Amino acid sequence: MKPIEKMEKTREGAIGQTTGGKQDVRMRIAVGMATCGIAAGAKQVMDAFNEELKRRNINDVKTVLVGCRGACRLEPLVEITGENGEMVTYVNMTPEKVARVVAEHVVNGRICIDYTVGTEVE
Amino acid sequence: MKMVNIKIDGKELQVPENYTILEAARQANISIPTLCYLKGINEIGACRMCIVEVKGSRSFQAACVYPVSEGLEVRTQSPAIREARKVTLELILSNHDRSCLTCVRSRTCELQKLAEELNIKDIRFNGEMQRKPMDDFSPSIVRDPNKCILCRRCVSMCKNIQKVAAIDTVERGFDTIVSPIYNLSLNEVPCVTCGQCINVCPVGALREKDSTEIVWDALANKDLHLVVQTAPAVRVALGEEFGMPIGTRVTGKMVAALKQLGFAKVFDTDTAADLTILEEGTELINRIKEGGKLPLITSCSPGWIKFCEHFYPEFLDNLSTCKSPHEMFGALLKSYYAEKMGIDPAKMFVVSVMPCTAKKFERQRPELASTGYPDVDAVLTTRELARMIREAGIDFKSLPDETFDDPMGEATGAGVIFGATGGVMEAALRTVADILTGKSNEDIEYTEVRGIEGIKEAKIKIGDLELKAAVAHGLGNARKLLDRIKSGKADYHFVEIMACPGGCVNGGGQPIQISEVRSVVDISKERAKAIYEEDRDMPIRKSHENPQVQKLYKEYLGEPGSHKAHELLHTHYAPRESYPDIP
Amino acid sequence: MQIYRSHVLICNDSTCAQLDSGKIMEEFGAQLKKNKLENEVKVLTAGCPGMCEQGPVVVVYPEGTVYTMVKPENVKEIVEEHLLKRKIVKRLLHKDMMEEGDTPAKALDDTKYFKKQLRIALRNCGIINPEDINEYIEHDGYKALEKVLTGMTPLEVIDTVKKSGLRGRGGGGFPTGLKWEFAYKSQDDEKYVCCNADEGDPGAFMDRSILEGDPHSIIEAMTIAGYAIGSKQGFIYVRAEYPIAVKRLDIAIQQAKEHGFLGENVLNTGFSFDIELRLGAGAFVCGEETALMTSIEGKRGEPRPRPPFPAVKGLWQKPTLLNNVETYANIPVIILKGPEWFASIGTEKSKGTKVFAIGGKINNTGLIEIPMGTTLREVIFDIGGGIPNGKKFKAAQTGGPSGGCIPASHMDTPIEYDTLVQLGSMMGSGGLIVMDEDTCMVDIAKFFLEFTVDESCGKCPPCRIGTKRMLEILEKITSGKGTEEDIEKLEILANNIKLSALCGLGQTAPNPVLSTLRYFRDEYEAHVKEKKCPAGVCKSMIHYVINEALCKSCGICARNCPVNCISGQRGEPYVIAQEKCIKCGTCMVKCPFKAIFKNV
Ligand SMILES: Cc1cc2nc3c(=O)[nH]c(=O)nc-3n(C[C@H](O)[C@H](O)[C@H](O)COP(=O)(O)O)c2cc1C
Ligand code: SF4
Ligand code: SF4
Ligand code: SF4
Repeated sequence: MKPIEKMEKTREGAIGQTTGGKQDVRMRIAVGMATCGIAAGAKQVMDAFNEELKRRNINDVKTVLVGCRGACRLEPLVEITGENGEMVTYVNMTPEKVARVVAEHVVNGRICIDYTVGTEVE
Repeated sequence: MKMVNIKIDGKELQVPENYTILEAARQANISIPTLCYLKGINEIGACRMCIVEVKGSRSFQAACVYPVSEGLEVRTQSPAIREARKVTLELILSNHDRSCLTCVRSRTCELQKLAEELNIKDIRFNGEMQRKPMDDFSPSIVRDPNKCILCRRCVSMCKNIQKVAAIDTVERGFDTIVSPIYNLSLNEVPCVTCGQCINVCPVGALREKDSTEIVWDALANKDLHLVVQTAPAVRVALGEEFGMPIGTRVTGKMVAALKQLGFAKVFDTDTAADLTILEEGTELINRIKEGGKLPLITSCSPGWIKFCEHFYPEFLDNLSTCKSPHEMFGALLKSYYAEKMGIDPAKMFVVSVMPCTAKKFERQRPELASTGYPDVDAVLTTRELARMIREAGIDFKSLPDETFDDPMGEATGAGVIFGATGGVMEAALRTVADILTGKSNEDIEYTEVRGIEGIKEAKIKIGDLELKAAVAHGLGNARKLLDRIKSGKADYHFVEIMACPGGCVNGGGQPIQISEVRSVVDISKERAKAIYEEDRDMPIRKSHENPQVQKLYKEYLGEPGSHKAHELLHTHYAPRESYPDIP
Repeated sequence: MQIYRSHVLICNDSTCAQLDSGKIMEEFGAQLKKNKLENEVKVLTAGCPGMCEQGPVVVVYPEGTVYTMVKPENVKEIVEEHLLKRKIVKRLLHKDMMEEGDTPAKALDDTKYFKKQLRIALRNCGIINPEDINEYIEHDGYKALEKVLTGMTPLEVIDTVKKSGLRGRGGGGFPTGLKWEFAYKSQDDEKYVCCNADEGDPGAFMDRSILEGDPHSIIEAMTIAGYAIGSKQGFIYVRAEYPIAVKRLDIAIQQAKEHGFLGENVLNTGFSFDIELRLGAGAFVCGEETALMTSIEGKRGEPRPRPPFPAVKGLWQKPTLLNNVETYANIPVIILKGPEWFASIGTEKSKGTKVFAIGGKINNTGLIEIPMGTTLREVIFDIGGGIPNGKKFKAAQTGGPSGGCIPASHMDTPIEYDTLVQLGSMMGSGGLIVMDEDTCMVDIAKFFLEFTVDESCGKCPPCRIGTKRMLEILEKITSGKGTEEDIEKLEILANNIKLSALCGLGQTAPNPVLSTLRYFRDEYEAHVKEKKCPAGVCKSMIHYVINEALCKSCGICARNCPVNCISGQRGEPYVIAQEKCIKCGTCMVKCPFKAIFKNV
């Protein structure tokens, strides 16, 4: 296959990867893991998400690492995108907060509004 | 070369397109002050003294590196430019140990000259001064960082021309210093003591280790028999120290001055040079005939020897086993001469006046004391001799000519040309040709090995033999040549290597000529010209025809390469530690 | 035990209580009863969630919805809408969860912080997984490369970049297209493409962010540049202090090669291009282009005079194109969306956007990308959320150690290359430090000069010695020993260093001093003439004094003074021995009666 064709294929295949809209992925949890995020503890947050998802046997939710969104003071920053493409930004995340986000947001579809960016950004 | 039209200070000029603003300006007799600039060696635009205003440019530009281009418009003078130069110079001075009165470079200091030219009356911006310890552990070179103005000429010389890289800029910002790595002493790194760094330093931050005190003391000691020998390159440069033009021969005045200073005997190292030729020539013929290690490489340049020990130990067996001429001379003085004159060699004090700082290092090698005494007791550079002459109140210029003393004052043209690159080779060829062909050849000027080219090659037909020879001067060129031999890209019978670019005439102990002069005069070339003139004026121009040398063999040494000759005149060298390869 | 489906928490902290939280409580009871929800929803009082300025606060669980500034008359709506119909009453949500359309700011994009931003260079940062090439591809990655390689000539590419009006984001603002054209026109058998990812500006981290969040965009842009100028080899010079960036670049280069976007015969078009990483040791001066190249060549990273410019003689004396990370990050978008689109953003002479790292005395610190021409006021107050603790804005510093301070009076100037220079500052790589009224401008100038003095490479005397002398003078002034002549000397030095230094570092090093002298000369004068630091920063010029009338002789200050220079006894006011005081200010903080003052 010529690389250009291959790219077309990749592009088609890639659709939905980052929005969470792919059939087998109903939700995407993006953990900001640039220097700022990692320094603030994003690694532990990522681990906590993975553990929590595994513990609950949730397979249609994907965690990915992403770069910095520029609001470094709010790191660790986690953005959850659902099937409808709607994005929720959780800020100053900790492993402790992760359990609740998984229980409420991931499982029950209820946003943990007190963890979201709205409470932090002026 | 394509020409371009430019305008400097309103003057329309046509100059070759590869010129810098500085070159263009100087051609038009517009002077621009410089400090770090040294033609062909250090063109880095660092010191900011040569700044000029280039039309269309926000900040000032360094004329020494700014290439000309069609339509370029430049101003070299304006109140703003003058003020900027002054501020920069005052800043340099504010961090400079200004003990000019007692500085060896007072009068020849380029910084001092510039301060005068720029009319510096006050240093407005005083502040912290860098204080670093002096490094005087090397037997040859003294480094005084507190006088260093960081022009980096020495670094360029050592790193780019000599390819030794014993010194470099270390640290950053205000703490920057030119030094061997880890602030070691020059004595602890593979500095080859060539002294080329001294010759390019604009100030007194680098200088030779002074031996004048020792020599004054010896001169004052009535128990000692003081003899002095002078190398060929000294006589064509010493005059510069007394304001004479570059390339003036002052052999007679030099001898007269030395006698006035109080030396019992004044000898000519050239005699030993002739001896060297006989020994080395014999060695060459033997190696060729007996299939010994080739190429044979000359060993009269102690900077080169040290370089070889550090960086090319695999060539140590190629070196001629001959000591350098002044060491041979010293050994003979303390044996043959002492016996002949009935002097206790312990009471002899041999001084060598050399164009060279490496000979100060060489003098104290333990290998070089075959008589049980050091072959040579003190080495003075040309500059130090000049200082002693001045100190003694001798009016050098008006001295009458005098001649070297006997015995061993007689020398040949072959011995004289040792002072220029290719000279040892040429002298050797004159003798080897005669020996191999068994007749006296008339054609003795081997011009193919003369000249300033970095590496010279020649194929010389001597009887049945086609002798392949190469000459390299400056250690960067030596590196190139040796690498070529090492990789099998070239093979020779005989190779001459001199540590200093241009050979001994441009040795690290020679009178210092400032950048401005070096921009217009090739000092090596001028001094070499004088050397070849001296050669031509000599009645005898072949070493083996030197009657005193012949007598020496008859009376004392036997024949070239004899056991006695080996004992006194030959030696061996061993590898030394070095840095990893320098590109 | 009764199980409630929802809990309503009402703050009964003193502030909220004053604001009718009692009445609200009653009203909830009444409304719930009316809607027959009293057995499903429990109302509780709770401690303060810490948003007193927006009280009374009502939180509904399990959603965790926070209603602020709730009034008794709002309760009916909350009960009927939220608790009955499960629809959040957006209007009453926490102020900052709101925006004009009444949508709660659950997502970063909905916040005011993001609203005025326009993300081009940062388009993928934080959105895609930088370690997965597929995610980049899904976001139109390598489409621009494909477009270039399959349908554009090098000159067309250069023309596109020229038309876009893109200027270098690394500091100088040189027109990028023109630079590409110079490199294209230089004839040689070898040419190089370099990416400057040295980012030595203290406080700046936009390049790091791009490399960590979207490394493929740089690889794609450099490959496009390689095609445009006729180069086969690229180098990314990235500081070794950026290990994550290095790792992600490594991964990205590997993936790009596997996918045929890099290496031999890119996308089967016959064009080959490779990229190597070079790690910088972190000297600021290595960000200067000529120093960067000497460093890549393996020598001491020192600038050399220009001309010749890198586009003519760069790496190993070959024509070299060198651009900043952010500059490259814009390229793929320009190719895809067209130069006209890009040129429509920004101002006449500064097109597109610029990323800034905002920091200092500002509420919302972080990384922002704004269209050129946005005013400082918008950045500081709209995006940045203003100055903390109700302090007054004093100045903004742009351009890092090479830049200058812009005073409040120029806050409405649009941010673009040329206006910043006119103001005595510069765009720089995008550091933006906000200073409030408590900042001493002489001290700030000294801070930046300390940095340059440390980072000077030492090659040329104006910078090596000159900046050191300037710093010494500033130290003298801030320690109360300065004279008027010192200010004069400072100016002479500054002006001459600017003109004479060899490289950009030295030429711009005086800017912080010159710009503060320009806008805050009175502060310098106060230091030297009255020996006063108006902002109360310079220690030698401030005094801590105990107000006799307010002092209750408790002795707490004396016990806390680290050098024991406060004395006194019960019944008499305590005194500070000024000659021993080290001006640490501990006593002032510790005094429970606020009887200690700082005199400037
Ligand atoms: C002291 C100094 C430091 C610099 N540091 C950087 C840097 O860290 N990153 C950068 O991209 N440019 C830096 N620059 C600017 C570069 O020299 C060069 O202009 C720039 O990388 C060119 O890219 P651009 O045209 O895309 O901006 C620095 C310049 C100076 C004088
Ligand atoms: S004496 Fe020669 S080798 Fe030693 S530092 Fe000077 S130039 Fe280098
Ligand atoms: S030692 Fe002399 S030549 Fe070397 S940098 Fe210093 S001033 Fe220049
Ligand atoms: S201005 Fe400073 S950093 Fe630049 S070359 Fe001169 S000393 Fe080095």
